[in-house]
Amino acid sequence: MLRIKNLEAGYGPLKVLRKVSLHIGPGEIVTVIGANGAGKTTLLKTVSGLLAPRGGEILFEKKTIRKVPAERIVSLGCSLVPEGRQLFAPMTVRENLILGACVQYRRRKHEEVTEDMERVFGLFPRLKEREAQLAGTLSGGEQQMLAIGRALLSRPRMLLLDEPSMGLAPRMVREIFTHIVHLRKEFGLTILLVEQNARGALRVADRGYVLETGRIILQGPSEELLSNQDVQRAYLGRSPEGEA
Amino acid sequence: MYWEPDRECMDREELEQLQFERLQSTLNRIYSHVPFYRKRFDSLGGLPEDIASLADFSRLPFTAKEDLRESYPYGLFAVPLREVVRIHASSGTTGASTVVGYTRNDIRIWSNLTARVLTMGGVTKDDVVQIAFGYGLFTGGFGLHYGAERIGASVIPASSGHTLRQIKIMMDFKTTALVSTPSYAMLVAETIREQGIPLAALSLKYGLFGAEPWSERMRQEIQEKLGIVATDNYGLSEIIGPGVSGECREQNGLHINEDHFLVEVVDPETRRPMPDGETGELVITSLTKEAFPMIRYRTRDLTSILPGHCPCGRTLRRMARVKGRTDDMLIIKGVNVFPSQIESVLFEIEGTEPHYQIVIDRKGGLDEVTVHVEVGETIFFDQMRRQRDMMELIRKRLAQELGISVEVKLVEKKTLARSEGKSQRVVDHRKL
Repeated sequence: MLRIKNLEAGYGPLKVLRKVSLHIGPGEIVTVIGANGAGKTTLLKTVSGLLAPRGGEILFEKKTIRKVPAERIVSLGCSLVPEGRQLFAPMTVRENLILGACVQYRRRKHEEVTEDMERVFGLFPRLKEREAQLAGTLSGGEQQMLAIGRALLSRPRMLLLDEPSMGLAPRMVREIFTHIVHLRKEFGLTILLVEQNARGALRVADRGYVLETGRIILQGPSEELLSNQDVQRAYLGRSPEGEA
Repeated sequence: MYWEPDRECMDREELEQLQFERLQSTLNRIYSHVPFYRKRFDSLGGLPEDIASLADFSRLPFTAKEDLRESYPYGLFAVPLREVVRIHASSGTTGASTVVGYTRNDIRIWSNLTARVLTMGGVTKDDVVQIAFGYGLFTGGFGLHYGAERIGASVIPASSGHTLRQIKIMMDFKTTALVSTPSYAMLVAETIREQGIPLAALSLKYGLFGAEPWSERMRQEIQEKLGIVATDNYGLSEIIGPGVSGECREQNGLHINEDHFLVEVVDPETRRPMPDGETGELVITSLTKEAFPMIRYRTRDLTSILPGHCPCGRTLRRMARVKGRTDDMLIIKGVNVFPSQIESVLFEIEGTEPHYQIVIDRKGGLDEVTVHVEVGETIFFDQMRRQRDMMELIRKRLAQELGISVEVKLVEKKTLARSEGKSQRVVDHRKL
């Protein structure tokens, strides 16, 4: 579905991604874990067209999207749920969702958008309850749901999730990860999940990559990464001997 | 039957992407974890991220057996010892041993790979697998043992030796698959015949043989004598042990587990890549090993990449059965001779036994080769003339095959040392 080879990106003199290669098959949940500053957000920004890569290739469904503008990438079926949600706080939940559909709004009938919105409400009933509430007044977890819902309104086949668990209460973190699994099941989505919460991410993902200072140092099935001692030490925050 | 169909039958393009990703992460890891490799990159003035293609990769230096010996015992390990859950050492067919380690993940992957190889050879969870490889530092026994258990087969860790007991176990425990060296399988077959045990007393269906080179003729003979389907499998402890590649039931070359190993075939002299179909030295890079990654390891094994697709449906490329080793390769009178060539000639001659020894001497600066061949009693006790005719026949055939003349000596059946592991086919008295 998505194939990246030797991707390089950065800001000014700063090299952030140093020849990153990864792939995601249709229907897979793949996570990229790494510490702050490893390049996780830069990776998603580059894939979604918000940042121009300096080298390498990005293929979405076998077509290059390296020089495709961000809004085109969304209409090709690849949507980003950005870090920190980036909602429009003074607008209502409903209005935020409608904005998600704007890429295709002209082409789609109003009923279709309403229908999609109902599916999102089906997935996140709490958004339905707060339909007319201003986005800025939602809790962190609800805002994350809204950000995901907004992305779903663009009818993506692939979702890029940037740190969806960030800043959430532990119970909400678990809920969001459960929703991610549902997204695949209910919407047939392929998901690239970037996370600092390595344990949570590896529990829902099929495979994972470990990004360290712009380089992939490990990759493999989630169960292998969970039992890798480097991963345990650096990202799961425990000594290999402790905690079963 | 596949063990991991999504990998074994993977789309080539996807496989190549996976190989490249795994190569990149391996290079990034060894650069930060293994001083030996870091120094190599530094001396080239490069970083792992300068490797942007397989062409770039082929500029990296080879790793040789000597590098392993110089790093004895743990110098090339990429993880601290407390993360290592298993240590093996090379079987040391030639020279000093080398030490290799495995993390828990490495063991899991290894078991999976030998499970693939066993499945290719016919083994399922319903089989009773007798492993007649040595258990110990040698990787053969444990490697295939774990794979067979992974499949869910009933595993008998018989280990090597005690042939009569092996055969009794084989009959009593109703062994359906034998895992050993091909020469040991021959020994078992012969012993069964000598003991007058009918094939019907055995339940054997499959034989998975490896750890030494053998010939197609030998396969035919083992299959006939034991009434089994015999497949070849390949591996070496420096890379992982058995599980690098294995034959499927098509018996037309060994599928390489390319999602875990990157293989190249190079000219042993010039080190240039050989085109598919041409014989050269096999060079292997591990793509997923954690404890003991290996970059461009020169195996000294001679083989070729077989062109074309296998009817079994696997997309993993195949290598030809190992034709010999660059260091076993005998240079006699300036001619490259492989013991396996001699073996295949002997198999074609009626009345010879599948046991032979090549003895090389140097007299007055000239190489002299004597091939000792075991022959059946009928010939040995028969008239001198028949013996002479036989010697003449073997000499002629060998000269045709090898391009050099050799002496032939017939010896009585069972006079050459029998192998319970790897057989000593070559005795080289030359001081080179």
